[in-house]
Amino acid sequence: MTRFVKSWLGAAAIAGSLTFGGGQAFAQQKELVFGLQCDRTGPTVTVGSVLCPGYHDYVALVNSKGGVEGYKVRVIEIDNEYKVPPAMEAHERFKKEGEIIEGIYGTPQTAALTAKLTEDKIPGTAPGFGIAAAADGKRFPYIFPIAASYWSQAGGALKFAKDRLGGSLKDKKIAYLFYDNPAGKEPLAILEDVAKLEGFELRTFAVPAPGVEMGAQVLDITARFKPDFIIAHLFGRSPSVAIKELKGKGYPLSKVVGLVWASAEADILAAGGMALAEGYNTMQFAGVGKDFPVLKEIEAMYKAQGKPAPKEMDSTVYYNRGVFIAALHVEAVRQAIKAKGGGVPTGEDVKKGMESVKDFTLGGLVPPLRLSPADHEGGGWVQIWSVKGGKLVKSTDWFQGYREVIQKQLAADAAKS
Amino acid sequence: MLFVVVVPLTVQDYYLSILNLILIAIVGALGLNILVGYTGQISIGHGAFMSVGAYTAANLAVRLDMPFWLTLPAGGLMAAAIGVVVGIPSLRIKGLYLAIATLAGQLIIEWTINHVPAISGGAQASIPVARPSLFGISLHTQGDLYFFLLFFAVLAIVATLNLVRSRIGRAFVAVRDQDIAAEIIGINIYRYKLIAFAISSFYAGVCGVLYTYYFGIANYEQFQLITSIDYLAMIIIGGLGSVLGSIFGAVFVTLLPIVIRTLMENVGSLFFTDSEVANVISAFRLAAFGGLIIFFLVVEPEGLNRLWRNIRSYFRVWPFSY
Repeated sequence: MTRFVKSWLGAAAIAGSLTFGGGQAFAQQKELVFGLQCDRTGPTVTVGSVLCPGYHDYVALVNSKGGVEGYKVRVIEIDNEYKVPPAMEAHERFKKEGEIIEGIYGTPQTAALTAKLTEDKIPGTAPGFGIAAAADGKRFPYIFPIAASYWSQAGGALKFAKDRLGGSLKDKKIAYLFYDNPAGKEPLAILEDVAKLEGFELRTFAVPAPGVEMGAQVLDITARFKPDFIIAHLFGRSPSVAIKELKGKGYPLSKVVGLVWASAEADILAAGGMALAEGYNTMQFAGVGKDFPVLKEIEAMYKAQGKPAPKEMDSTVYYNRGVFIAALHVEAVRQAIKAKGGGVPTGEDVKKGMESVKDFTLGGLVPPLRLSPADHEGGGWVQIWSVKGGKLVKSTDWFQGYREVIQKQLAADAAKS
Repeated sequence: MLFVVVVPLTVQDYYLSILNLILIAIVGALGLNILVGYTGQISIGHGAFMSVGAYTAANLAVRLDMPFWLTLPAGGLMAAAIGVVVGIPSLRIKGLYLAIATLAGQLIIEWTINHVPAISGGAQASIPVARPSLFGISLHTQGDLYFFLLFFAVLAIVATLNLVRSRIGRAFVAVRDQDIAAEIIGINIYRYKLIAFAISSFYAGVCGVLYTYYFGIANYEQFQLITSIDYLAMIIIGGLGSVLGSIFGAVFVTLLPIVIRTLMENVGSLFFTDSEVANVISAFRLAAFGGLIIFFLVVEPEGLNRLWRNIRSYFRVWPFSY
């Protein structure tokens, strides 16, 4: 036993000495720290490796123009590999460096950090993932979805389907093709409620992980159910498989809408290119394409440094989402500093700053969000972009779908807990 | 001992959070080592057993408002019960075949939790759980949780040390080394294989409960196949069939990515531009992690535990080695 204890202590000593040798950060004056979790090596690498450079580029742009109200921003990025324990480690590291806002990455990671962020009073953003109920700022004071939750996305998809099908869903058939995990199942509550409200037939088709085999489901949809519209809620490699399969079975892609993680250029290219996916509708919570002033400024910033614009910029869906997240972080901090009369903001101040964000559209890249202490989602705005003539073209402006159903669901969820 | 107690009073929360993750991993790794290392039954369902413990404890804590000292053993016992069921194929099959059977167990448990709202608590399959409280004090800082986790990690270590010296532990080793011989000398191998699954799953269940209290949520997505593989990696790197090896493995697998990242953050900018560093860190970390695992296994196939013993026995007689 004693020998054992000694060696255990030895291990602890090694661990202890390692930690003291770690990177020392001196909190400089006029510097703010943002924490960014990312996935550059895990299962969602196609998202993280484009989204995170977008975040960094926007912050670099802000810094090159003098920072936020005179403060420089330092971003610490940690790759959590889409695993939960490293996400906690990353959060503690950010906290040690003095972060005032944190970009979380991943649904289980958001779940695992919710309690800790609230205890530490540091606001964390979870755009397009995490739980939909977190839109309720009273129940989840330090979690900010800031973009359309899965509930709002389902509402938006149904609104879009309704408009496409001539303004009524009565007696229509809608298929819901989804990845069989909690995130995939979350929109079901809204879909079922609206099905009752509008009187359409809803049938669900689950695709088991890893989602690359869905021939049976697609055949079932196209040959047996023959729906008027398909809502696809898929992740990773599966969106491209769905596009390919649906196309192969001859289903018109113009009657398919993919929710936000089935909507990147990369998904369409992996399915066989833009030409093949003609008509496919994608749902977006940030602007798509390069036609935004802020992106021009980032290009100009690179040009001024004598460097070419990064290749990630071409993958505009995820890159722009990175810019979107960074822009909201910066805006929240700007509001916090202003409210404090130029003083150094704390996490609590930034939370209040985020709750006062409104009329901040960044030339159309950001939806007309209106955050408040009660609504951390900002309204659940989405846009539909469709494949047309080899590129993504805007089909609708920012819109919300079935807000009253979503509000009712939020209230019901709050009452349950 | 003094060191273990003094540490949390001197270091920052960040380092404590790493220690906490290590402590939880130690409990899980010990459990898997009892099954794989001591009894020789391969299992890739360890993550699923953790989720069984996590959801059992979360449901009891939320619905019946039970304190942690009841939910923790309950989570362990439920995992043990499920573990025995998943372990039944081990009575007939061995080696790779058993690995596939336990893989099936992992997937079935994942599917069940995902699709039974009575267990998962709804579509999101996550149940928020309040922090553990002791005598009315809520344990929520990293320092509080450190002592909470330390207690159970030490308990697990002591229990395992005693277990492997007991009749049951000896029987496990006999089953591992040669099951026919074990049967001939009067060991009921069916019984002991199932006991091994039960004890191992109990540890896994407790590990899952500790994760639940540490993160404040039970979420099965955290305990998927990759987690089972991570724990297998821990015990293989640390040393199969050794308590100290389990600890080394848990420390190594948790710490290595962090150490590599810290190194890269400090020296990476000498070789790469800032925007490249982020991408390179991640890629390099994976490569270095894989490379180091191969390196350690080639240098010492019996794991870090053996390496440690070799180094110690070398220095015990140093400099008079003859």
